[in-house]
Amino acid sequence: MDLSAINPVLLIASLMVAATPILLAGIGELVVERAGVLNLGVEGMMITGAICGFAIAVNTGSPFAGFVAAAVGGAALSLLFALLTQVALANQVASGLALTLFGLGLSSLLGQGYVGIKPPATGRLEIPVLSDLPFVGRILFGHDLMVYFGIAVVAVVWAFLKFTRAGLILRAVGESHDAAHALGYKVKRVRVMAIMFGGACAGLGGAYISLVRVPQWTEGMTAGAGWIALALVVFASWKPWRVLLGAYLFGGVTVLQLNLQAAGLAIPVEYLSMSPYLITILVLVIMSADKSRAPASLGRIFHASQ
Amino acid sequence: MTGTDILLSIRGLTKAYPGVVANSDVSFDIGRGEVHALLGENGAGKSTLVKMIYGLVKPDSGEMTLNGLPYAPAEPQAARAAGVAMVFQHFSLFDALNVAENIALGMADPPKMRDLATRIRDVSEQYGLPLDPYRTVGDLSAGERQRVEIVRCLLQDPKLLIMDEPTSVLTPQEVEILFATLRKLSAEGTAILYISHKLEEIRALCDEATILRLGKKVATCTPRDTTAREMAELMVGSELHVPERAGKAPGAVRLALNGLSVRSPSEFGTSLKDITLEVRSGEVLGLAGVAGNGQDELLAALSGEITGARGMVVLDGTEIGNTGPNVRRRMGLLTAPEERLGHAAAPDMSLTENALLTGAEREGLVSNGFLKWGKARDFAKAIIERFDVRTPGTENAARSLSGGNLQKFVIGREVLQRPEVLVVNQPTWGVDAAAAAVIRQAILDLAEGGTAVIVISQDLDELMEVSDRFAALNEGRLSEVVPAKGLTVEQIGLMMGGSHGMEVAHV
Repeated sequence: MDLSAINPVLLIASLMVAATPILLAGIGELVVERAGVLNLGVEGMMITGAICGFAIAVNTGSPFAGFVAAAVGGAALSLLFALLTQVALANQVASGLALTLFGLGLSSLLGQGYVGIKPPATGRLEIPVLSDLPFVGRILFGHDLMVYFGIAVVAVVWAFLKFTRAGLILRAVGESHDAAHALGYKVKRVRVMAIMFGGACAGLGGAYISLVRVPQWTEGMTAGAGWIALALVVFASWKPWRVLLGAYLFGGVTVLQLNLQAAGLAIPVEYLSMSPYLITILVLVIMSADKSRAPASLGRIFHASQ
Repeated sequence: MTGTDILLSIRGLTKAYPGVVANSDVSFDIGRGEVHALLGENGAGKSTLVKMIYGLVKPDSGEMTLNGLPYAPAEPQAARAAGVAMVFQHFSLFDALNVAENIALGMADPPKMRDLATRIRDVSEQYGLPLDPYRTVGDLSAGERQRVEIVRCLLQDPKLLIMDEPTSVLTPQEVEILFATLRKLSAEGTAILYISHKLEEIRALCDEATILRLGKKVATCTPRDTTAREMAELMVGSELHVPERAGKAPGAVRLALNGLSVRSPSEFGTSLKDITLEVRSGEVLGLAGVAGNGQDELLAALSGEITGARGMVVLDGTEIGNTGPNVRRRMGLLTAPEERLGHAAAPDMSLTENALLTGAEREGLVSNGFLKWGKARDFAKAIIERFDVRTPGTENAARSLSGGNLQKFVIGREVLQRPEVLVVNQPTWGVDAAAAAVIRQAILDLAEGGTAVIVISQDLDELMEVSDRFAALNEGRLSEVVPAKGLTVEQIGLMMGGSHGMEVAHV
């Protein structure tokens, strides 16, 4: 075994890349759940975003257009969920599961002509002096723009929920939709918008996998990342910065165990493969032992008549 | 009242829902600074009427004028902008948010949080309702939560304040503080539309009363010059039957609690601390207390939903503190919890199934694990007949019954099982006067027949009517148990914990 083969700079830099898909999907789902909606279709929206982004990026040659298309695709699929749960008042758990299955099927249909193609490369941030700094330069300034975008979204969501009136209304809707309705707030409109934001974020997360992380298209390539994002939100106690922490922890252990596998550590591969899930859940369970709790109206169907 | 003194004028408001006319041609006026009472039984249409004034419901026909101008709010924001504010019966607050955030949500254009906090402090102290803007609402007492609602309204300088049953959750001392605030507001020219079942309160506070029955206005009166009994009869439309009881010496001790202490299973619940009491055969013990002082936990500890040490609960000399609900039911300790839908009854199951759920043991509705549907149906039918439950039949879902009818059903279900000891929590909550009288009479008849009864209630008038002995729960502790006869409202208030350490109004 040769641990010296593991380069800490590369390790940190690649964990940020590995974490970005679940970070984006997780922060989107966090907003959805804070509005009181449980959308289990994250996986389906991610994979749909992955193929929409991939197809548009390949056809236009522009990764930027690809990411925009991924956000639109994810949001469009989430609109279906919004229609089912907010207008037709269907059960959220069943609708979410259906959305995942539908997204997986739809994406393989859309992706038939795209297997084995290489997408255009997504640009990296290159700042002349800073990016060349030893150690920190590679970690802080050498990534593609989506990594920074993911962190920015976390910061914006945090500030939105904490400081703005719209954020307060969103939290109020998630806490008690009846009380929010009695005060005259449009519960359904708020929730539909939150669901679409969640869909767009999940789509971006999926496209990051197909355009940057892998980068190519294969069926079912999100491989459960949407479920990890869902679990992340719960174990992060619905707090934005904890989603970031959880995502980086998960990404970090994932990258580290791959490195350890490559270095030939004398632990069966199966144990290494399960370690990111175990460690992330363990840490976040310990952290969520404080008094924080789920939004009170989470998963409950709102009907305006009273 | 001259034309210029009229603030809100209502003419011919009508609102029909499928199958029921909630309001039919209702007209009345509210003057500036007037405290106007709106009276009526459950289902008389009071809530629908105020929802139309507050813009939550659109009237089918009729019109309103506010300050002489046409007034037809399309949504609550429009009503608030016009100067109409409302304090809800079931508080419309968000437990996880703090006081200032809750208040900001009720304002059209809230100032910055820091300025808002200062204004909350100023206004709340000015009206004798001190509040800390940064406390989480979930941790506040019922009285304090109501203050949040009232202060939220006051910050918008309302011309008309609507209050829907504001005193049902308050101790007598808290009611006094509230009334002092309302009188000050009225003196400053704010009109108040006050909805309540409590007629004595209306006599003490209101200048004028409009009485609704089955959606129609049936009378107007001046509460100060009308007796509570007269008003009640106007509401019901017939003579009121007052429950009767025969004085009788109590028998042997049936149920004893010895130092009962249990932790509340819920996060915002109240743990019970060292409760000791006994109830005798033929006796009704009344337990008062503001909601959330351990009533639900006490009921759960008696029913067997929460178990404790063996000796804490003793029924007829047998220690049963560690046994579950079925064992206790079999021995004759029956309970009826407060929450009708979801706790006392399964909302989506039929009345027969609901009758089976608690009656299986004592009524012999199960044999060798198989259900006896015929017998269960007969039992449900018997409850419906004996307690005049208005429903098409035994196969209707519990959810489809109105609150009062379902309450009659869940209380009747326990009463008909010939309990040795019966514990009821809020037996007449949300039930109209006539049905409440039926339920209270059934409780008294049961005691007459030798059952020991514990009635937990927030309605003091009810407790004084049925109880032989009286005690109060305050933060999970039980006060001294005293004879109910001759107790004054002040004494009861002190037993309930006075004003919960809240400051008395300085107005």
